[in-house]
Amino acid sequence: MSKLVLKNVARRYGAVEAVADFSLELVPGEFVSLLGPSGCGKTTTLRMIAGFMPPSAGTIEMDGQQISSPSSVVPPERRRMSMIFQSYAIWPNMTVGENVGFGLQVRRLGRGEIDRKVDAILDVVQMRGLKGRYPAELSGGQQQRVALARAIVVEPEVLLLDEPLSNLDANLREEMRFEIRRLHDEFKITTVYVTHDQSEAMVTSDRIVVMNKGRIEQIDAPHVLYARPKSRFVAGFIGRTNFLEGSRQGSEVRFDGFSAAASGLEGANGTGGLLYSLRPQAIGLATQKPNGGYLAVEAEIAGRSYLGEYWDYQVKPLGGAKPLRVSTGPNAVFEIGSRVWLEIDPSAMVRVE
Amino acid sequence: MTVAAPALATPQARRAISFDSTWLIWIAIIAVLLFLVVSPFIYLVITSFTAEKTGDFTFANYATAYGRARYIDALMNSLKLGGAAAALAGLFAIPLAWAVARTDMPGRGLTRMLVLVTFITPPYTGAVAWILLAGPNAGWLNRFFMLVTGAEAGPFNIYSFTGLALVIALYSFPYIFIFTTAALELVSSEMEDAANILGAGAWRTMHRVTLPLALPAILGGLIICFLEAIALFGSPAMIAIPARFNVVTTQLFQFFGNPVRVEVAAAYAMPLLGVTILLILIQRLMTRRKGFVALTGKGGERRAIQLGPWRWAMFGYAMLVAALAVFLPYLFLVQAAFAKAWGRGFGLENISLRNFHFVLFEHTTAAKSVLNSFLYAGVSATAVVILTLGVAYIVTRRLVPFGGILGFLCIAPFVIPGVVLAIGFYAAYAPPPLALYGTALILILAFTTRFLPIGYVNASAAMRALNPEMEEAVRVLGGSRLTALRRVVAPLLKRSLLGAWLLIFIPATRELSAAIFLYGPNTKVASVMIFDMSEEGNFEYLAALALILQVLTLPLLWIGQKALGRDFMLRRTAT
Repeated sequence: MSKLVLKNVARRYGAVEAVADFSLELVPGEFVSLLGPSGCGKTTTLRMIAGFMPPSAGTIEMDGQQISSPSSVVPPERRRMSMIFQSYAIWPNMTVGENVGFGLQVRRLGRGEIDRKVDAILDVVQMRGLKGRYPAELSGGQQQRVALARAIVVEPEVLLLDEPLSNLDANLREEMRFEIRRLHDEFKITTVYVTHDQSEAMVTSDRIVVMNKGRIEQIDAPHVLYARPKSRFVAGFIGRTNFLEGSRQGSEVRFDGFSAAASGLEGANGTGGLLYSLRPQAIGLATQKPNGGYLAVEAEIAGRSYLGEYWDYQVKPLGGAKPLRVSTGPNAVFEIGSRVWLEIDPSAMVRVE
Repeated sequence: MTVAAPALATPQARRAISFDSTWLIWIAIIAVLLFLVVSPFIYLVITSFTAEKTGDFTFANYATAYGRARYIDALMNSLKLGGAAAALAGLFAIPLAWAVARTDMPGRGLTRMLVLVTFITPPYTGAVAWILLAGPNAGWLNRFFMLVTGAEAGPFNIYSFTGLALVIALYSFPYIFIFTTAALELVSSEMEDAANILGAGAWRTMHRVTLPLALPAILGGLIICFLEAIALFGSPAMIAIPARFNVVTTQLFQFFGNPVRVEVAAAYAMPLLGVTILLILIQRLMTRRKGFVALTGKGGERRAIQLGPWRWAMFGYAMLVAALAVFLPYLFLVQAAFAKAWGRGFGLENISLRNFHFVLFEHTTAAKSVLNSFLYAGVSATAVVILTLGVAYIVTRRLVPFGGILGFLCIAPFVIPGVVLAIGFYAAYAPPPLALYGTALILILAFTTRFLPIGYVNASAAMRALNPEMEEAVRVLGGSRLTALRRVVAPLLKRSLLGAWLLIFIPATRELSAAIFLYGPNTKVASVMIFDMSEEGNFEYLAALALILQVLTLPLLWIGQKALGRDFMLRRTAT
């Protein structure tokens, strides 16, 4: 049975539709991210799941029981969920131990049991030694760990995270990504994670919901999302990509500067405009004409940047107008203006809407 | 190991309950605010159009109120007094504010502290001290002058228009000082550097950059001083009446004499109310434009301007102002309080504790009046803090639609002078069925209304500074809204609420303008007691009582400074 089900959920502010027709099912123990640019409705969706606002249409169910609908909302405190906030919301008037133990206290556990559980969870987040500290005496990363411990110790049915890493510096953010995933693997709590950072979502999630302007663009596992984006928005938002516009001419599809056999291209027989996404990593560069089964296109290096981990080349097919972005390993050095061959696997070209 | 979790309630039931209770609270609060703010105001207007005996609609009260030349003169006197006092106060405050905020004048901390002492001196206490200083013939300044020059009479006469304007200015200039220092502290040195590097000299920079940036704040302070001067009752009553001229507030007091003509008073109060509302609106508009200073408030450090030898001249001026407002008045107040007869001077044989003993233990009502003041002020301050915290919570968390109305009603009494408020309360609640005149309750209610704005401004600032996620974290972990209020909101707001309480309590213990119209035989407060003693000419007792009141305030001030920082009184009241 599904743990959490959102059915056609919508949220309207006056004439503005912040979230529209949002449907999603989470299986128990699943980690799902809501990913999208700011203002795409992801936080609104999370707050509806938490019960801080009612949906204007649709329903939310947990364990088969309805918890939200436009006419009735189970208040947040009755949902057995917990949440980690963007500001952490660590209460500055309580010590680390009191913060973490608060939810257990509300659940009327005995003194000894609270102590035991608090100590155990502080061990897990490596904060045991700081139990008696006040939040003002903690660093940002430590506060983040307290927020995690406080949310997990109550063993919630569902854990909600609202951009929890956005206030940390880059190094700490990367460390905490893995920490969040590690805690998830340890406790198997069904989790909804809101972020605008694609690498955060990719590291942590089983599935990612890409949202744009209040609507779901695509729901898939991270690697599927990257390799098989369904829309132009997803292809552009997740990683970098080349958009290739093609037109059907007989048995071929004509692109800017080269053409490919229609039979080898996904969806080339469909109707409508033919727009393909081709990742920079899926293109090979060679000085000699390659003789594999792939498409070979003669081209010229138009520009390049070196980023340490890879080269980012702009390569213009001869007779084409727009250069393509191509990523190669750091040892593949080509001078600007030199002639090269592009090697393209037609099956890596994904037709997008 | 499973955690016992509260069961899911049926959603329908929860929804219905929360809907009802929120609305009940909203209705309760709006009822209280209608009672405190709207009803006295409406009664004031209605009463001004009501015939005294018959209760019919009439314009006769207005005809009476504006029918005599001396009534019109009193109106004009108030306007002139406001202008003169504001101008004088500007003369005291602006140079001091600039010196303290932007220069290397020595004794800047001392100056700030002396301004605070001025600020917490009730204007009527200052007026009494100046009667001792500059009363014709007997005043100490005149006697000193005669002693030095051998003249027959001294040149100073406090019982004059100039005297009154000076006394009012001396005890209202802190408002301008507060506004101006706050604005100047937001002008960064970089802005001035930018003018310098483009070729402007110190003087040009000052009058093209620094002053214009601070100007809205200065004008705002002047307006507040003007309004303070025209709304003041104590100082004019002590000085203008012996000097044989009237201002609006003293004239209103006379309409309240035997027999009480509240209808005429209500009609006569209208210009005071109108001018106040108009000027507050103007002040708000001006300080809103000040926004452009606030925006760049972070802009770089502020270097003190080097005054060179002039720094001592500036310090001299600061000490001169302090001498007029603090040193001289307190010196002679203390002398009078400990003197057998204040005119007999500083000799040892003239010193006694008799006045204190009399005021505290022998006088029939003096000690009780101090207790009354503290009791009423304490109850009012508590009521204001609770009420405004509730409103601020509802408004900032958007718990009800139209919450803004509640906030507006809390702020509205700011434009009602104390005297006018008292007349409104008298008109609304003195007659049956409530018949509250002379009760402690009417004073407490009037104080509560009077200090709602200070409470609300502080409470809503505190609420806005509190991230709502703090409460949401409680709720999501299973705590109710009440748990969140009790365990998180209240502890976090403790300091600000204590500050707000003190900011209300301290001025409420000195309130005179409203109390003088509403007290009864058993509800006399300290300020009224002091006023009565000044009418009887008992300056020794009066000085003792005034000093007791000041000394009792000191621990409160100390607590406030401990909890909220050195400048809490000066900073929070004005903004």
